[in-house]
Formats: sequence, structure tokens, C-alpha cells
Amino acid sequence: MSNYKMHVLVCGGTGCISAESGKIVENLIQCLQEHHMEEEVQVVKTGCFGFCEKGPIVKILPDNTFYVQVTPDDAKIIVEEHIVKGRKVKKLLYKDPGTKETIEDSKHMDFYKKQMRIALRNCGFIDPTNIDEYIARDGYHALGMALTEWTPEQVIDAIKKSGLRGRGGGGFPTGLKWEFARKSSSDKKYVVCNADEGDPGAFMDRSILEGDPHSIIEAMAICGYAIGADEGKVYIRAEYPLAIQRLKKAMKDAEEYGLLGNHILGTDFHFHIEIKYGAGAFVCGEETALIHSMEGERGEPTTKPPFPAESGYWGKPTNVNNVETFANIPIILLKGADWFKKIGTEKSPGTKVFALAGKVNNVGLIEVPMGITLREVIFDIGGGIKDGKKFKAVQTGGPSGGCLTEKDLDTPIDFDTLLTKGSMMGSGGMIVMDEDDCMPSVAKFYLEFTEEESCGKCTPCRVGTKRLSEVLKKITAGQGTMEHLQELKRLSVVIQETALCGLGQTAPNPILSTLNNFEEEYIAHVRDKQCPAGQCTALLKYIINEEKCIGCTVCARVCPVNAITGERKKPHVIDQATCIKCGACYDRCPTHAIEKR
Amino acid sequence: MSSSVVSQTLDPSKCKQLDQFIDQLPSKKGELIAVLHKAQEIFGYLPKEVQQHIAKRLEVPVAKVYGVVSFYSFFSMEPKGEHPISICMGTACYVRGAEKVLNEFKKELNLEVGETTPDGKFSLLSLRCVGACGLAPVVMVGEKVYGRVTPEMVKDILKEYQ
Repeated sequence: MSNYKMHVLVCGGTGCISAESGKIVENLIQCLQEHHMEEEVQVVKTGCFGFCEKGPIVKILPDNTFYVQVTPDDAKIIVEEHIVKGRKVKKLLYKDPGTKETIEDSKHMDFYKKQMRIALRNCGFIDPTNIDEYIARDGYHALGMALTEWTPEQVIDAIKKSGLRGRGGGGFPTGLKWEFARKSSSDKKYVVCNADEGDPGAFMDRSILEGDPHSIIEAMAICGYAIGADEGKVYIRAEYPLAIQRLKKAMKDAEEYGLLGNHILGTDFHFHIEIKYGAGAFVCGEETALIHSMEGERGEPTTKPPFPAESGYWGKPTNVNNVETFANIPIILLKGADWFKKIGTEKSPGTKVFALAGKVNNVGLIEVPMGITLREVIFDIGGGIKDGKKFKAVQTGGPSGGCLTEKDLDTPIDFDTLLTKGSMMGSGGMIVMDEDDCMPSVAKFYLEFTEEESCGKCTPCRVGTKRLSEVLKKITAGQGTMEHLQELKRLSVVIQETALCGLGQTAPNPILSTLNNFEEEYIAHVRDKQCPAGQCTALLKYIINEEKCIGCTVCARVCPVNAITGERKKPHVIDQATCIKCGACYDRCPTHAIEKR
Repeated sequence: MSSSVVSQTLDPSKCKQLDQFIDQLPSKKGELIAVLHKAQEIFGYLPKEVQQHIAKRLEVPVAKVYGVVSFYSFFSMEPKGEHPISICMGTACYVRGAEKVLNEFKKELNLEVGETTPDGKFSLLSLRCVGACGLAPVVMVGEKVYGRVTPEMVKDILKEYQ
């Protein structure tokens, strides 16, 4: 890095690449060449900065200038103004939506102020394809320390003492898991990294693999040393081509540096990693199902015990951790268990990465200390609800989780409190919903998902999720009855108690939590045949407010079925029998005279 | 009995490519999913004949191959269109209106999810989270990603490929 006087970091996460950040890099390099500055200024394509809402992001070091929503055409002005003349490009700076002031340095932005980056420490900071940059940030130092100064038991002790819990959703203490695998005696053991992120709306594992692949390789090797394994497998979704490509490159570089392979760092420790491809099945997030899938079979779960720590991949002791869990390992060894324990809450130390999305102003990938409240996440970091609408609910834990409401906003977020509130941490999806979102429809969305993803092995899940989803379809189509609500509750409990694996046991959560918190909304659907949020087409009526209608005829002209009639400059009327509820009139009316009821 | 039929219907050069991949595997044990990935990359999809061929080469029952192919959403037994259109139905995209966008594509192309137009030009698919939630709702046509898609944009997107 030393020859360069300036670095231009361009976000190379999936979100920003989708918004042409690759082209920005090309244009920057070309402009720098035109000014003969390519020797002095380095353009680095980094991992995700997290602030996806304002992407693509370009950050300039050492000035710490943070440019947002950059287009490929802006490359020229960044080079000519900022780099050549030293003048900041005002139009690309972030403007605080409240104070309207421009903020140059990201650490002063509300989005970043309350964040704390541990698992994402290198994302958006280093070039993930350059092993030297990882090493310059203390990379592989923890592995070296473990191999040369610590016994495997000491490593496990440190992880146990740190209190780190599995970030994939379950929250099982990682150190204990390692200890079980250590204690299983066998000629062969395996370390598996679960990178099969199937939760719709969660993309933290992908961002870590894309932005800091070496941290995962290092952590897997540490785990291998601790439990006594010489082979690791990364089970990753085939739909993540960029993450796969970066991981492969990182593995190759680590091997060349003697940090992976035989005799790592000159010791007698050998560790090899192989990539195994998933093929799209949500249930494969469950560790027994994942192991069967790695063996080339259908990803169906099996009952535990035996736990993978005793009998896993090909019947050998296997330790499965998720990507984010691994990303925490090297830094815990470096900074010590006591340092880690001071962050977060007593029972849930450390941080958690969330994919904040939905109806919130600042969509993105965030990392916050455990114990932070939902209010801080949604309103401070997330910048509040989009378009000034009213907050209604936030869904955590994906298809296995539930909805939390206004009354839960000041609840500290950690593994245990979320469970008591009827939701769960899950892998870290956090979807914010506003007054326009219909809760029975949201429940239907998740149940359709689990119905489709149910592997079919056990009856409660296979048949149960289908029945639940059918009932929800009826309710949102206006054919529900009060008995249906009772049936939802009864069946949900049966499935929770009898399904074979985590997927089935948690599948009813979206229904139970919305029924608990929004019972009136369900009742409105079945008894009054109304959808208060105005989402369920079958229950909707479009009506023209006579006082607001100016008789401009726009609605009558856009109506595809000619259901709207009226004279010019006089209030119009919608014929309900003809109306197909497409909403075209509603979207076009210049005076907002059309109301959804 | 089926083997002679199989080799007639499948493109021999593609078969050879797949066989080479299978032959270089250190062991055939547990490699079915890897082989299916490769086969789908080569043939574009996994019709019955390809599955039979793989079963024979890996010495496993065809039923097992079919069982795995039908289990995972990534494997397709139908040929995809020249321009596969995937609408992200992840939660973030869903709450920002992905369903309306999907319905518009269905209407414009007269297709249901999983179908291909008769001329083989477009196929319609839904997928789970591209990981570009900041751009929700997201639509992918081939490798290209379209962000913040509204139903009004659907016609223009299709025009680019006609």
C-alpha cells in the first residue's frame, strides 16, 4: 500500500455492483491514467460498506470522504475535482435528511454512529482479493498465535469464556459446541462453514464472504486446530457467484502463503478447505440436513441425537458454524475473551449483523452491539420509516421468526428477549413494515415460503404448513371465518410440538406472533370482510370522494374496464360491479380523491 | 435398454464434456450434487435423458438422481428461455411491491412462474433474495440486475430484449 498517496475505495458488494460500481472502478482507473496518476492513487474494490440505500459508495482515503449514490459518469468529476484539485465534490456528499447538512466523514452519519463493527471489521476497508491487506490488519495473527503458543484446549476455553453464541439463529454457545467435537474421538473430523443463507432478506453471510473471505478461512483453520480436524468444508449457495469467486481466490492465496494446506506456518498442523455447493433449499440451514446435502443427498434433516459433533459428515464428528460466527473468532483470540464479553449483554455478548430492509429510510447491512433497542436500530440507524408513514411492525428471524410492534420498540435485542417476545434472532433479517402492510398477508407470504421449502419428511410440517397456508389464503381472499382463526392457533401449536426439525417447529411463528399482536386485523378480514391496510385486493373497494374530485376525467380514461363514469368537472363514480380493483385510477388521480376501503 | 436411446438424444460432445468431469473426480461418492451442477451448466437444464445418463455413470438408481434434482430449487427439468427473468421474492422486495411487478410480467408475457414463452425467448422465475435489498424490488434478466422496479417499468425492460 505504501507507494500510494491516496486510495479510492469503491464498494464491490452485490448491491453496489448491481448499481454499476464495476463501471465506476473502470472509469476511475481510466481517468487516473489520463492524468498520469495511476502510480499515486490506488482504486480498490472493497466489500460491502453496509449503506446500501445510498449505494454505490465511494470512499477516499486518507481524507475519509464518503461519496454516496455515485454513477459511472461521476468518476471523471471525482478524479478531476477531488483527486487532482483537492476540492470535495459537494453534490456527491451525504446530506443528513434531518438537518440538511452535508456530512463528509461516515462516522458522523446517524447510520454509522451507533454501529460497532467486529464481524464486518474489514468489509468496505480492505481489498478482499488481496491477502496482504488482510494480513496488514492482523490477519492470520490469531491462527499463528493459536498454533504456536496455545493448546487446543486453551483455544476452546477462550471461546467458551467469551460467551460467543452461534450467529446462524439458534444461539448455541460456540465454545461448548467445539468442546463436544474435541471430545469425540475419531480418526477423522470435519469443520463445516454453513454459508447456505436461505433466509429471504438476509445477506450478511454473503457480504462477509465477499468482503472478508480470509477471516473465514483463518477461523475455520483455528477451529480445525481446536477440535482436531484437518479438513474443512464451506457449504455455500450456488447462487452466490461473487462470494464463491472471492473465497476461491482467498483459499489459493492462503495456500501459497503457507497459511492453508500442509504444515501451516511451519507447524505440524495440516488443514485443507473444499467448497461444497448447495442447490437452493432453505431446510439445508439445519445442520443435519446440510450434512446430508454435502453428501450429495436430498437435504432432509434427521433426529438429534446423534449430534453432528458425534456423528456428522460421513459419520465422523463434525462441527458446523455459520459464517458470521466464524468471522468473530480471530478477533476474540486476538483481543481476548474479556474484551468481547464487555460488548453487548451478559447472556449475549458481542455484536450482531442485521440486514435492515423494508420500509425504512436507510436500507443496509448494519452491525450493532447486542442489547441495543429496536427503536435505535429503526429510527436512529435506519432513519425512520419511508415516506413519513407510520411504523407498524418489524419482522425478525425470517420465516422462523415473528413480528414485533410499537410496544416492543424499547426492548433490548438479544437472543433471549426476542424469544420471549415470540420472535427470534434468526440469521439477522430485519424487515420493517409500515401502516400499508397487511399482517395476515405477511403471515401468508412466510407460510407460502415454508410450505414450499418443507422437505416433506415429517407429516406435521409437510401437511401442516400447507393447511396453514390454505387457511391464510382464504382469510386474505375474504372467505375466512372466525373458526379459521381458532384453527390457525390450534394447528400452529400442534406443528410446533411435533415437527421433526427447526424449520417445522418454527414455521407457525409468523402466524402466532401476528395473531397475538394484530388480532383485530385478522378479525376485520374474517368478520367485517375488510383489509384495514388496503392490501388484500379481494377485500378492497375503490371509492371516489365527491368533495375532492374535480372531474378531470383522468380516472375514467385510465380505467381499463370503463368502470368509471361522470361528466367533466363533476364528481365521478366507480361502478363496483365492473371494477377489477387494479388501482390504476388510485395511482393517477391528481387530487387523491380516490380512496381505498 | 435405455442407454442406446440416451446417447442418441443427447448431444455427444456435451455428454463427453460431462463424462470428462465425472472421470476426473477423485471419488464418485457423495458427488451427485456437484455432477448435477456441472450437467446443468453444460446442458442448460436437466431433462430425463441427462438424469439417466448421470445415474448410469455414477452407478446409482435414476430414482435417486430424480429425487435430488426435484428436491433443490436450483435444478430445473425445463429448458430456460434465452432471457430468464427472475423476480426477487425475498421479504424486502415483497414489502416493497415485488408481487405487483411479478403480476405485471405475468400479464405482459402471458406466463406463469416457471414457464417459458413459446418462442423460447423469455422464461419467468421467482428467486429468494439476491442480496441487493437496498435496490428492492429487484428483477434480474440473465445476469443484469434492475433495481427499484415498478410495474410501469416492466414494458421498457422487456423492450430491451425484443
